[in-house]
Amino acid sequence: MYRKTVAELASALATKAVSSTELTQLYLDRIDSHQGLNAFITVDRDNALASAKAADARLAKGKGDVLTGVPMAHKDIFCTDGVLTTCGSRMLSEFVAPYSATVVEKLNDAGMIMLGKTNMDEFAMGSSNETSFFGAAKNPWDTSLVPGGSSGGSAAAVAARLAPMATGTDTGGSIRQPAALCGITGLKPSYGRVSRFGMIAFASSLDQAGPMTQTAEDAALVLNAMAGFDTRDSTSAEEAVPDFGGRLEHDIKGLRIGLPTEFFGEGLSTDVEKAVQAALEEYKKLGAELVEISLPNSSLAIPCYYVLAPAEASSNLSRYDGVRYGYRAGEYTDLVEMYERTRAEGFGAEVKRRIMIGTYALSAGYYDAYYLKAQQLRRLIAEDFKSAFEKCDVIMGPTAPSTAFALGDKSEDPVAMYLNDIYTISVNLAGLPGMSIPAGFGDGGRPIGLQLIGQYFDEARLLQVAHRYQQVTDWHRQLPGEVA
Amino acid sequence: MEWETVIGLEVHAQLQTTSKIFSGASTRYGSEPNTQACAVDLALPGVLPVMNLEAARMAVKFGLAIGAQINQRSVFARKNYFYPDLPKGYQISQFELPVVGLGQLIIEVNGEEKVVGITRAHLEEDAGKSLHEDFHGMSGIDLNRAGTPLLEIVSEPDMRSPEEAVAYLKKLHELVRYLEICDGNMQEGSFRCDANVSIRPRGQKEFGTRAELKNINSFRFVEKAINYEIERQIDVIEGGGKVVQETRLYDSAKDVTRSMRSKEEANDYRYFPDPDLPPLVLDDAFVEATRATLPELPDAKRERFQKEYELSHYDAGVLTATREMADFFEAVVKHAGGGAKVAVNWVMGDFSAFLNKDGVDIASAPINAEMLAGLIKRLQDNTISGKIAKEVFEAMWAGEGDADTVIEKRGLKQITDSGAIESVIDQILADNPDQVQQYRDGKEKVFGFFVGQAMKATKGKANPAQLNELLKEKLKG
Repeated sequence: MYRKTVAELASALATKAVSSTELTQLYLDRIDSHQGLNAFITVDRDNALASAKAADARLAKGKGDVLTGVPMAHKDIFCTDGVLTTCGSRMLSEFVAPYSATVVEKLNDAGMIMLGKTNMDEFAMGSSNETSFFGAAKNPWDTSLVPGGSSGGSAAAVAARLAPMATGTDTGGSIRQPAALCGITGLKPSYGRVSRFGMIAFASSLDQAGPMTQTAEDAALVLNAMAGFDTRDSTSAEEAVPDFGGRLEHDIKGLRIGLPTEFFGEGLSTDVEKAVQAALEEYKKLGAELVEISLPNSSLAIPCYYVLAPAEASSNLSRYDGVRYGYRAGEYTDLVEMYERTRAEGFGAEVKRRIMIGTYALSAGYYDAYYLKAQQLRRLIAEDFKSAFEKCDVIMGPTAPSTAFALGDKSEDPVAMYLNDIYTISVNLAGLPGMSIPAGFGDGGRPIGLQLIGQYFDEARLLQVAHRYQQVTDWHRQLPGEVA
Repeated sequence: MEWETVIGLEVHAQLQTTSKIFSGASTRYGSEPNTQACAVDLALPGVLPVMNLEAARMAVKFGLAIGAQINQRSVFARKNYFYPDLPKGYQISQFELPVVGLGQLIIEVNGEEKVVGITRAHLEEDAGKSLHEDFHGMSGIDLNRAGTPLLEIVSEPDMRSPEEAVAYLKKLHELVRYLEICDGNMQEGSFRCDANVSIRPRGQKEFGTRAELKNINSFRFVEKAINYEIERQIDVIEGGGKVVQETRLYDSAKDVTRSMRSKEEANDYRYFPDPDLPPLVLDDAFVEATRATLPELPDAKRERFQKEYELSHYDAGVLTATREMADFFEAVVKHAGGGAKVAVNWVMGDFSAFLNKDGVDIASAPINAEMLAGLIKRLQDNTISGKIAKEVFEAMWAGEGDADTVIEKRGLKQITDSGAIESVIDQILADNPDQVQQYRDGKEKVFGFFVGQAMKATKGKANPAQLNELLKEKLKG
């Protein structure tokens, strides 16, 4: 049963083949027996079982919706009313919000059962989950490897089927890269598609929440429930929400797939490239046409991102000052020392590094050279995509330059770590929807992700294109050996 | 050396919206600490600001009233600094693109008009308050005020004396209250002022180095603080020193300004556009709908009062100083069916004096416009004399009812029957033959004595004009 997708569980619940309570208990047990993965920061047993009971009552009366009674997990970046929300940080290690994020409310309203909160890089800053105050989550395919990040706990949980799906957030690749490294499906919707209210901010103009699932079909089902304009988030889009699964069964004959030359050059490991090429062959068989395109400014995406994201973060994280909530240093003599010690002790090294970079980039005398310049680059990068989409309908390439790396491998080398997001970051800068789907295995049996990039608010097409591939391949159906 | 002063003012006016600029919490003043701060005001993790368009409407109203350029696309920016009463660690403000651009205000000093430029007015949120007393060595934070909308109004450095600065500030104060966008309460901090002051040798074009004066929250303090600062800067320069750019705090108890921080110690606010808020875009319809809500502005009203009621420049100025006073005056005239001249005297005279004496505002005064008009009517139809009117006014103020009720109850109706007045006079002349003789010998001062006696006999109710006339006739013999 635990191998089933969200769609399969939903129909099992609808036909009363299983109850929500049974499912919830099953996943809670799996979470318990896989604690070594460190995928969860909080497991909310009692609430989950109580919600499952209520869901069963609704299902019994025939009042259930599509997702009613299906268990899931939230990345610990989403505020959950009454349940610990840590954001992977010591700063919020005891923080309980008096409200729920819009995403949490919406999935609650859809009847989903929250099992708990998943591990993540501290404040979503990291690509390996190693910056979490609660220790890194492990990759279920090989527990000596990182699961990717920042949504590493969610990716590990779904890959190990500790939950049939989980939410994630993606600022520079934080849904897609861990999805690739753990062999699952991850969708980062267009910026503004999903409300950011109650989702703890890292870089406001880049952050976007999305589903991490086994299949594209599941991603469509969950996105249907997550998406939509929210009056509490002024940056959420007043864009009509279609049925994201509406086109899943349409074929993709004549689909033009753009392949950016820049995504297939130096730095891309051989096994990943081979898998991606094989996937593209598969698409050709499905009737798609491959088109070479160029994203000439993509080499600037990383420097651009590492100015803008830290700049916004340096300001977004100023509120963690020890005054009103969260961690406060135990000893200090005056206000300034209280600030200094609180933030020195409450934040980890990567968060501090980014706050410093961002503060520097916004400082008088540097603002024009860094922040403004980066904003100009950001426009150029978006323009690149615009031109590219004149020649193609979807862009494809690798999600990450390599498969999962060993824990500790890059944690001392920030730049090597940052380069892991080289193919994902430009998508956030442009605000486009992006996806990663399983596309085989590389050296050592490590999962490989294929990245799909779509036009603004064209998630339905991305999901269709992903789904067609998943109809003819079974990479997404494979489970890590240890999990079974 | 003759010195010239250069002054520019920055005014923070709290906008009278019912909820905060980026949250739904109430803006009411004086509640228990931290009872009007919601998750957004407390800057809890994950919360987001949502613009209150009512604040934008008020800003536009102000912009239109000063003939300013309205920027239909303006941008919110974050001003970053750490302070315990600034929950987010940044203040949402407007930096490069404010909602209101260049405008102007005309002030009058010593009978001369002068145009003062207003560089810009931008929207921002207020901070909370730090309370340092009663916390046993710790500080208390009250975030009720955090997120209250402010309009920061920045003038050009166009003022050349403390008098001009005060005139500008008063004019601005009058305007925001007319527009009903700010209650103008300086004590509660709804209308706050900082002054940039510098001096230069008269005739020099370049500005001198300025000091920014803070904490000058009354018209009187503005004048005193600037005066002190001018003297201080002259002393520094004439003593061979240099004025340094710095922020100085005015201490009203000692009437001095003290250095708070120098330019070097000033914060680097690291402004950047707030990624949580899209640019504020106001379409033509919004601006025009706002324009339609503009009331008659003080200058226009003053001019109309001068013409319509034939008032002096001064009287029109006093009556139009607040919208409430002007409305009250017009209501009195309307109810009295004319008599603007008499109405002016009553409104500016006894009525204003009693308001001051009791410390009440027009809305809560015991005499309303209709009642004052009723009194004026009785004066004009000679039911009572001016002197009796004062007594009636006091009785009305004390709550004894309207003019007619008081006159009736106290029997204050004027005696206008010449026969009755004549018989009183006859009696007085008969009782005081010596004085009559003195008068007839040319000692005309004695006339007052007879008037006094007659008034005493009639308890002040004799019609004064009639009494004078009849008395003169009788004394002629």
